[in-house]
Amino acid sequence: MIETQGVSKRYGDVLVVDDVSLSIPKGGFTSIIGPNGAGKSTLLSMISRLTPMSAGTVLVDGMDVTRTPGSVLARRLSILRQDNQTSLRLTVRDLVAFGRFPHSGGRLTAEDMRHVDEAMDYLRLNEYRDRPIDELSGGQRQRAYVAMVMCQDTEYVLLDEPLNNIDMRFAVDMMQLLRRAADEKGKTVVVVLHDINFASCYSDHIIAMRQGKPAYQGTPQQIIRDEVLRDLYEMDIAVHEVNGQRICVYFRMA
Amino acid sequence: MGALWLFLLLGLVVVLGLCSLNVGASRMNLLHVLTADPDDRISKILFVSRLPRTIALILAGAALAVAGAMLQMMARNRLVDTSTTGPMAAAALGMLVLAIALPQGLPLWGRFLIVSAFAAGGILLFLGVLQRMPLRSALIVPLVGLVMAGVIHAGSGLLAHHFDLSQSLRAWNSGDFSAVLRGRYELLWIAAGLTGAAMLLADRFTVIGMGRDFATNIGVNYSLLMGAGVVLVAMIVGSVVVTAGVIPFIGLVAPNLVRLLVGDNLRRSIPLVALLGAALLLAADLLGRLLIHPYEVPSSNLLSIGGCVVFLAVLLQGRAKWS
Amino acid sequence: MVLTSWRSPALRVLLLGVLALLCMVGFMTVNVQTDWDFILQYRGSRLLALLLTACAIGISTVLFQTITHSRLLTPALMGFDVLYVLVQTLALLVWGGSQLAEWAPSLRFAMQVLVMVALALLLFRLLFSGSVRSLHLMILLGMLAGMLFRELSELGARVLDPSEFGISTGVPQASFRRINTQLLGAAAVALTLGGLLLLRWWRCLDVLSLGRDITINLGVAHGRVVLGIMAVVAILVSVATVLVGPTLFFGLLIANLAYWFTGSQRHCWTLPASVLAGIICLVGGQVLLEHVLASPLPLALVIELAGGLLFIALLMRGVRQ
Repeated sequence: MIETQGVSKRYGDVLVVDDVSLSIPKGGFTSIIGPNGAGKSTLLSMISRLTPMSAGTVLVDGMDVTRTPGSVLARRLSILRQDNQTSLRLTVRDLVAFGRFPHSGGRLTAEDMRHVDEAMDYLRLNEYRDRPIDELSGGQRQRAYVAMVMCQDTEYVLLDEPLNNIDMRFAVDMMQLLRRAADEKGKTVVVVLHDINFASCYSDHIIAMRQGKPAYQGTPQQIIRDEVLRDLYEMDIAVHEVNGQRICVYFRMA
Repeated sequence: MGALWLFLLLGLVVVLGLCSLNVGASRMNLLHVLTADPDDRISKILFVSRLPRTIALILAGAALAVAGAMLQMMARNRLVDTSTTGPMAAAALGMLVLAIALPQGLPLWGRFLIVSAFAAGGILLFLGVLQRMPLRSALIVPLVGLVMAGVIHAGSGLLAHHFDLSQSLRAWNSGDFSAVLRGRYELLWIAAGLTGAAMLLADRFTVIGMGRDFATNIGVNYSLLMGAGVVLVAMIVGSVVVTAGVIPFIGLVAPNLVRLLVGDNLRRSIPLVALLGAALLLAADLLGRLLIHPYEVPSSNLLSIGGCVVFLAVLLQGRAKWS
Repeated sequence: MVLTSWRSPALRVLLLGVLALLCMVGFMTVNVQTDWDFILQYRGSRLLALLLTACAIGISTVLFQTITHSRLLTPALMGFDVLYVLVQTLALLVWGGSQLAEWAPSLRFAMQVLVMVALALLLFRLLFSGSVRSLHLMILLGMLAGMLFRELSELGARVLDPSEFGISTGVPQASFRRINTQLLGAAAVALTLGGLLLLRWWRCLDVLSLGRDITINLGVAHGRVVLGIMAVVAILVSVATVLVGPTLFFGLLIANLAYWFTGSQRHCWTLPASVLAGIICLVGGQVLLEHVLASPLPLALVIELAGGLLFIALLMRGVRQ
């Protein structure tokens, strides 16, 4: 379980994350949604110790993220943010293989290679395995990075807007892959998403943030509702049931 | 608000100008001029040396400040100047090449055109390099500029060493106005004309500062205006370097200080930029004449020190912003 | 994975090694006019100094470029070498006439290296917030500080003795001919210490190139490792500066030659390749200029110019930051 206690982040005068205390249950798929500037990405990067906190504590399975040695935490939790290095002269295979670093310290065993191949397979990267990543498109590169994180094989997988720049088909693929990781491997997947429909269709649990605080928390049935979304996004959003999924329609209101 | 600063700066330039007329290796009293006879030694000093020098300082200072502002628009970065991005170093290289290729000398116009051509090369190289950098953080631009200036400098050093002209190169690189006499600074009137042209185009240049797409969308001919900008800046740099040598940092300090005072509207601030540039150069030259009187410290030395300090202060003060 | 084709980085490094060896042999044997003992001592000590310099600059530049995620920036550009000269000058001013002058030069050097490392780390700690942009800030600050230092010393010289014309600039230029062979021993020791320190973080080096976020994600203590590597860089730059003086573009030249020639970014290849490229440039270059072309051109200027032109070419090609 990931537990945050009174976590805040202040940049100068601006309080971006305001005293957030919540717990993300173990196992399953949790999405964090909310309007721009709500503090979603900042919260995620504090949970994963990428950004120092102005106040508060984060515990992952009881371990304080700021006190636990990085190498220990890296086998329990993995994080992928949005802007990653593009000008590296590495093949896709090399990049994905880095995911095994917390386990093998740079020396790859046969077991490690199995994980690498599996991750590349999962994300349909086999045809690009020997291509240098600076020659890939934005979407392909993003998948390579997600493969690296999959390869790290941690219990908690945190992703910050992984669907940006990705084609519809690959976006659906990725969400299905993340869903499978939660179902088949029992991983806890926490994803910051912009698209509330993807959040609606794939999450077990949704945290909706606004102005640095979690305004609502619950299942998609509880969160993806007209009133809740109107309060959150300050616009009219109509929720329709399509094929058993709750779909939001807000593109053009009559 | 702007008008107030205009008058203040104008007053400052006048005061500094008068001081400039008064100070020098020989003592003199300015008022003497009003009473004495035109062939008098004092009047000679005044009209042959001090007055031309003062006028040259005002023209050059204003021109360099405006050139700096224009370069900042073209590079879309406020931390650049002709002396920190290559054009001045290229102009010095031009002087060197001329001395090597045509040791017998060239008429002033010839030197001016060739040195300006070298300066234009320096600007085009810098802008060309910038164009090829897709992600330009605010700090990488001046950094690249400084390194490029360093490279050209190193190249000139090598060439000068080979042809035994290192002393001359060093003299050109530490510019000052002590050798300016009547009949020797006329190029700067061209700089004045160019400065005037630049001031008239100031509006359009602000648009350039927003990028090619923005400019084209408004209907401004981006390439033409950039070309005009390159020519203007190159010729200003050329005229100053041929007359006095490399004069650093004015184009960086003046526009940034003015921006602090009255904001970013180039059309309103450009006269202030010109006046502040003139004031800065006058002040530096004056200080140079006073520090080790009767010897002189070249104004470029003092300007480098002052410019570095200001630049460092700007960087450190805005530290949180850059990181 | 080592392939047996000519593309393999291992093979390429081997090739560089052979070339470097040839250069060294050439340096020692070409145009020998006096007896062997003298040659061994004279040329031998110069060769050793050049080797140490190539090691120091090759390794420090590649490490620095890994931390800064840039192929364009070097410790020299950040003013490390000017920092070293500053430390030297300060030491002279503070302890000039007193006991320091009586210390053996090697002890003085050791102390200067320590001060240099401390200063470099302090500055780094104060200014580096972890982002690449703040590194750009530090480098700009370093370049400007270097410029300021040079101009101030020129002003100082003029004020002290106004009738002196032709004042030399405050910071000496590098020279690969007039090498300070007095401190060879101390330099070698410092280089070895730097190398040993580097071994501690050897395995993390490749991970660092992935950027701060991923480095932390993979469990590496990014802040501490970067600081440690900076200390190594500071030591290595001191070694090079004390032997041959401050260089500006030499590191850039050999680091990029290493990347280009090995086609790889893995430090197990680029670090040795950079050192070997340095040896070829310095030793081979010296042989070329001095004996083959018999030119009076100083090697330092030629290398600086070549490095500088390479820099511009890299920029024009659009090396992404």
